[in-house]
Amino acid sequence: MIQQDQLLQVTNLNIIFPSPKGDVHAVKDISFSLGKEKIGLVGESGSGKSVTGRAILRLLPPYAKVSAEEISFKGQDLLSFSEKELRCIRGKEISMVMQDPKYSLNPVRTVGQQISEAYIVHSKVSKSVAREQTLKMLTAVRIRNPEQVYKLYPHEVSGGMGQRIMIAMMLIPEPSLLIADEPTSALDVTVQLQVLAILDDLVTQRGMGLIFISHDLELVASFCDRVIIMYGGRIMEVINAADLHNSTHPYTRGLLNCLPRIEGRNERLSTLVRDDAWLDADFWHSNDSDGIII
Amino acid sequence: MTQFLTQKRLKKTALKILKFLLMVAITFLGLLLITFLIGRVVPIDPVLAVVGDKASHEVYERARIAMGLNLPLWQQFLIYLSSVLRGDFGTSVLTAKPVFEDILRVFPATMELAFLATLFGIFVGIPLGVISAVKRGGFLDHVSRVVGLLGYSLPIFWLALLALMIFYAKLDLLPGPGRVDVFYDGIVTPVTGFMLIDSILAGEWEIFWNALYHLIMPATLLGYFSMAYISRMTRSFMIEQLRQEYILTARVKGVAEWKVIWGHAFGNCAIPLITVVALSFGALLEGSVLTETIFAWPGLGLYLTNSLLNADMNAVLGSTIVVGSIFLGINIFSDILYKVFDPRAR
Repeated sequence: MIQQDQLLQVTNLNIIFPSPKGDVHAVKDISFSLGKEKIGLVGESGSGKSVTGRAILRLLPPYAKVSAEEISFKGQDLLSFSEKELRCIRGKEISMVMQDPKYSLNPVRTVGQQISEAYIVHSKVSKSVAREQTLKMLTAVRIRNPEQVYKLYPHEVSGGMGQRIMIAMMLIPEPSLLIADEPTSALDVTVQLQVLAILDDLVTQRGMGLIFISHDLELVASFCDRVIIMYGGRIMEVINAADLHNSTHPYTRGLLNCLPRIEGRNERLSTLVRDDAWLDADFWHSNDSDGIII
Repeated sequence: MTQFLTQKRLKKTALKILKFLLMVAITFLGLLLITFLIGRVVPIDPVLAVVGDKASHEVYERARIAMGLNLPLWQQFLIYLSSVLRGDFGTSVLTAKPVFEDILRVFPATMELAFLATLFGIFVGIPLGVISAVKRGGFLDHVSRVVGLLGYSLPIFWLALLALMIFYAKLDLLPGPGRVDVFYDGIVTPVTGFMLIDSILAGEWEIFWNALYHLIMPATLLGYFSMAYISRMTRSFMIEQLRQEYILTARVKGVAEWKVIWGHAFGNCAIPLITVVALSFGALLEGSVLTETIFAWPGLGLYLTNSLLNADMNAVLGSTIVVGSIFLGINIFSDILYKVFDPRAR
């Protein structure tokens, strides 16, 4: 992978959720960097991938303890930013598409109002200019009748349409980094591919960085440039998507082996093996890991 | 084709409205049936109330027949129904005037009080509830919850007496009971029945200020109770909404926090709050009986109490029907508002 001009650098990110039963260490010492590329963040439920995405936007609930050596975006240290400075980054520079448009759109506002709001927040323009831009953006996500959709309420659109609206809303201020948090998990399989194609096109056209959070290894492998495999709040491996099937890491191998294949259907699928030793930081250092080079 | 569709939709809407009206009619009929039955069940002899206990048996019987009390119950109910629909609730024994007229006279005083109290409840209760929800577990949240809890649990007559003792008797900051000071009484001819409006219409500004001054204590006290209810409901609605994912969406977009709270979250709370405010307004109309008694406020509550104490059944039942109908009306109104504001309910 050619390292283009760097967008995001995360070094030793830790996220802890205090709870009465003891602290939950959701993310432990993870580091990665990102250029104008598509990077996949893969892991099981609870591996800390969504939380990582939210921590970059500094949008975790206030009780979450986030610490890191560095979270910098285009050379600016996001950790030192005030709430007001962060608002100029959110949407404008880094945006996020969430899982289910049924919940992530405001039920009492029209689609058009919500998309143009995203535009108006960052560029102080009149409503009619924002409307024009919104209609253009709706067309860009391949909605054929933008004028009509503009006036609809979220409950009046389908899941696939909703997610396209969400993408339009998040891309309208032209951010340089998009975090897509399982953007297709709530959709039908056929619609999934359409939405992915749109996302892929727009991200490539605009030369943006993309963090694609998913639990679907195959999907990520076909869609992204690089893949980060997470387990138990740690990064297990960072690997080029093309090399994924040649991975030697036991966890990645385990994940790959769990996937059913059309050929060889008579075999029993293997169970995922999880080794607690992987969660130990020293394990990787003592092995002189070649997995965590980022 | 489109014409056909709009026609179909029109038919559907008409059917919906018809269904709605039918439901209202049935509810109203139920209300009348209950008041009628109560009127027949209570151990007060309406004939005796008219002829007095020294009347002879003959006079008594004649009065009974004249009042239609010898007819079967269902016929009595039909007569009652038709007279109520004509706005005839009978004559009050106490005032010797038609009950309907009496209610028209006293009701504006209650409305004035309930209206101001609800305004207080809305403008204090809603911001308090929103702030409590946003700063959940904070100092202000605890304060507002204690204040709200007191509003829920303190008896209003006690608080009213205490307030009168402190602000009127001891400190002399606020005027005592009544709608205006005694020497202003009866100067303004009632047009609307609302003292504040009538005094402006008459150009009597001194009376306007005096009436407003008199309203402060009872309206604030009543308002305190509706504020307690409204702020509590607002808080729980807001907590629920702030948890939703569209709030995260708004924050991701970079929307300012006050807009996230008041624009996005509160926009979704406003819909259920319509019902809360409407119900608390309705409750004030019937529930200000105690307050009106203590503040000698010549409203529906006081009228109702006096009628009750004097076994004036026509007046009691008439007032009950009026309060019930208003409650019904408020419910209908809030249902309609719901449909206007919630795109999902259309």
